[in-house]
Amino acid sequence: MLRDTLRRFLSDVYSDEQRNVSLATEHGMSREIWLQLAELGVVHALFAEHVGGLGGHGYDIATVFEEIGRAGVVEPLLENAILAGGLIADLGTDDQRAVLDAVMSGGHQLAFAHGEPHSRYEMSRVSTAAKAVGQGIVLNGRKAVVSNGEAAQTLVVSARTAGEDDAEDGISLFLIPADAPGLSTREYPKIDGGFACEIDLHDVKVPDDALLGRSGDAFPAIEARMSMAIAAVSAEALGAMETARQLTVDYLRTRTQFGRPIGKFQVLQHRMADMLIEIEQARSAVLNLAAALDKPRDVRERNASATKNLIGRVGRLVAEECIQMHGGIGMTQEYSLAHFARRLVMVDHEFGDTDHHLERFIALSQARG
Amino acid sequence: MSAQIDLGEFRKEVREFLREKLPVRISNKVRSGLRMSKADYEEWHAILNEKGWLAVNWPIEFGGTGWTAHQRFIFEDEMCAAHAPRIVPFGLMMLGPVLQKFGSQAQRDRFLPRILNGDDWWCQGYSEPGAGSDLASLKTRAVRDGDHYVVNGQKTWTTLGQHANWIFCLVRTDTEVKPQAGISFMLIDMASPGVEIRPIRLLDGEAEVNEVFFDDVRVPVENLVGEENQGWTYAKYLLTHERTNIAGTGFAKAGLDAVKRIAGQEMAGGKPLAANPLFAARLAQVEIDLMAMETTNLRVIAQVAAGQAPGVESSMLKIKGTELRQQINDLTRRAVGPYAIPFVSEALDEGSNAQAIGPDYAAPVAAQYFNNRKLTIYGGSNEVQRTIIAKQVLDL
Ligand SMILES: Cc1cc2nc3c(=O)[nH]c(=O)nc-3n(C[C@H](O)[C@H](O)[C@H](O)COP(=O)(O)OP(=O)(O)OC[C@H]3O[C@@H](n4cnc5c(N)ncnc54)[C@H](O)[C@@H]3O)c2cc1C
Repeated sequence: MLRDTLRRFLSDVYSDEQRNVSLATEHGMSREIWLQLAELGVVHALFAEHVGGLGGHGYDIATVFEEIGRAGVVEPLLENAILAGGLIADLGTDDQRAVLDAVMSGGHQLAFAHGEPHSRYEMSRVSTAAKAVGQGIVLNGRKAVVSNGEAAQTLVVSARTAGEDDAEDGISLFLIPADAPGLSTREYPKIDGGFACEIDLHDVKVPDDALLGRSGDAFPAIEARMSMAIAAVSAEALGAMETARQLTVDYLRTRTQFGRPIGKFQVLQHRMADMLIEIEQARSAVLNLAAALDKPRDVRERNASATKNLIGRVGRLVAEECIQMHGGIGMTQEYSLAHFARRLVMVDHEFGDTDHHLERFIALSQARG
Repeated sequence: MSAQIDLGEFRKEVREFLREKLPVRISNKVRSGLRMSKADYEEWHAILNEKGWLAVNWPIEFGGTGWTAHQRFIFEDEMCAAHAPRIVPFGLMMLGPVLQKFGSQAQRDRFLPRILNGDDWWCQGYSEPGAGSDLASLKTRAVRDGDHYVVNGQKTWTTLGQHANWIFCLVRTDTEVKPQAGISFMLIDMASPGVEIRPIRLLDGEAEVNEVFFDDVRVPVENLVGEENQGWTYAKYLLTHERTNIAGTGFAKAGLDAVKRIAGQEMAGGKPLAANPLFAARLAQVEIDLMAMETTNLRVIAQVAAGQAPGVESSMLKIKGTELRQQINDLTRRAVGPYAIPFVSEALDEGSNAQAIGPDYAAPVAAQYFNNRKLTIYGGSNEVQRTIIAKQVLDL
């Protein structure tokens, strides 16, 4: 149902031109598109029922994000609904959750500020410090490549309240208004669409009730949300693969060299066939993870790493092969493929790359015995 | 003869020259992956020309170095290691040899010195929208009209055409014969009325290629190279002409050094990335391949020295070399982790106030990865090269 509605809506409105309009607008998103997505219930679909959403399960995530990827949508659905919004839904008090209505209806932007200049893909490496001082808490540190960070009115910020820099224990989350004194941002475009920023926290003072969830205990929630984010970007990549594949098949049918369509050359046929097989592998990997999101932690995390590793490999293959089989046209910014190819490669730089998740899969498998 | 040249001495001489004469400003730009301006290339060409080292593959009689293939290999190796800009190939590597072999005396006298002095910037007008791999199907038409040709049509993917004042083109002068037999090689002044150039932006956001349109452009007949309808032969000569440096071994080695440096600085799990077993294995794999490729390259050079023309070997070198370089670009992109994502185009301008977002070395790597997807597409796509090997070596 939602899949059909969303696909129809996006194929009607979300052209290459629309994406370019979005990217040329402040913070790299179109407010109109965002409100329309919200009206269609796309944001609601990603939240659990107990916070006023419509589901938020693995299959909802996979369905929505596959369509987002197919159309190449750059609006910040992941940042709002899966990451920051999801953490508020999972850990927030009733008061803290109050903001979610506005998020779901499109009137409030969120971002999750977690990564740091030296954390790379380690989820538990948090150096930003939060210290209790009299009435309240003071934060100091720097957050890196915070997607949608500049557009957000409210940030969910991770900080260390105890423990070593890479300890899982001792990480806390805080809800911080974007205009808090001492918080400064530097925004920039991402190479694959949308905007991110670096955030400096310099003696940012927040009240005690800014704490989201229990102090020092945020890691399990962060890890679970990261797996949902992996499900989302993996499904998004799957959608992007399908579009890239379709563009390439169409091109192979119509581009003529040596008196025949280049799709008649067997070497290109075989490579398209290999690509198709790999995309089906990617689809299955997305399904595996969607099904595992509600399962116990060890099953869920092992699947998250398996899926992200496979998507990283296949995403790169599809991007590179589609560019190559297009020849010069595949190198051009203006052609539709450009956005999808860039996105497919850059997905590997979010939430852990191919190698990170290969190592993590091995470690999780060994821990299981 | 090459046997008399002490290559070790030669390498030292090149290294010494680069240390003294390569401006630090320019090598810093190359090392940091900053945008190169036309003036940067011209400045470096002029320095090389003053030393007599600009036309590395021209004979001495035309003002070239007269170097052997092995010397050229060493020269490129040292140039890459020192982060010198590449020599812009169109006039020096491509047109020069064609004029020397097939051009008229007047054309040689007129154009060769201007290439050396940097008076002219040439670009290559072969490809057309409908004629890429199947170059012989090109349609740009040149019709004789008194002592001029009138040229109509379009070229595309013209690299750095925005800097060029001349373009060498393949044009159709006979439509009645089989495609290869009706092509001529023509030199066209880009300032001629009817020439229009439009930039094409690539995946990295840069406009290094262009479309070039010809609308009733009048070209004097003296700008025809060689004989009418023999252009295909000249173009093929160019494509097979001593392409012993096509592997880009020097670029690959410099790229590998750079990614090793980055991997030494990036931290993963509390240790340098270089110490991460998976990443170290990937780096080692590339290095092992590169060590073998360098020897393959030198073997081909030795064959050339023994008097054999490299033919199909250049296809082999092209495939292996470009695919290795792409792997190195891929590893570099991976090495910088999340900081591959920010893309601040202005940060790639020299002296820009826009600071890089993450570490300096991260700023250009994603764009370079995307840009170098071109390596396997141009210069005869790797698919086309494989077909050449299958047909000409394997006789399939
Ligand atoms: C960055 C860049 C710079 C360039 N600079 C110049 C320049 O300065 N001057 C110039 O003249 N040209 C230039 N080119 C053009 C380049 O030479 C062509 O892109 C190249 O010849 C391929 O042609 P095409 O792009 O039309 O692709 P096509 O020929 O349409 O090929 C599309 C795909 O089909 C494959 N293919 C085609 N035929 C066969 C076959 N028989 N069997 C199997 N596979 C096949 C190709 O390998 C490719 O993967 C440049 C290209 C790029 C990308």
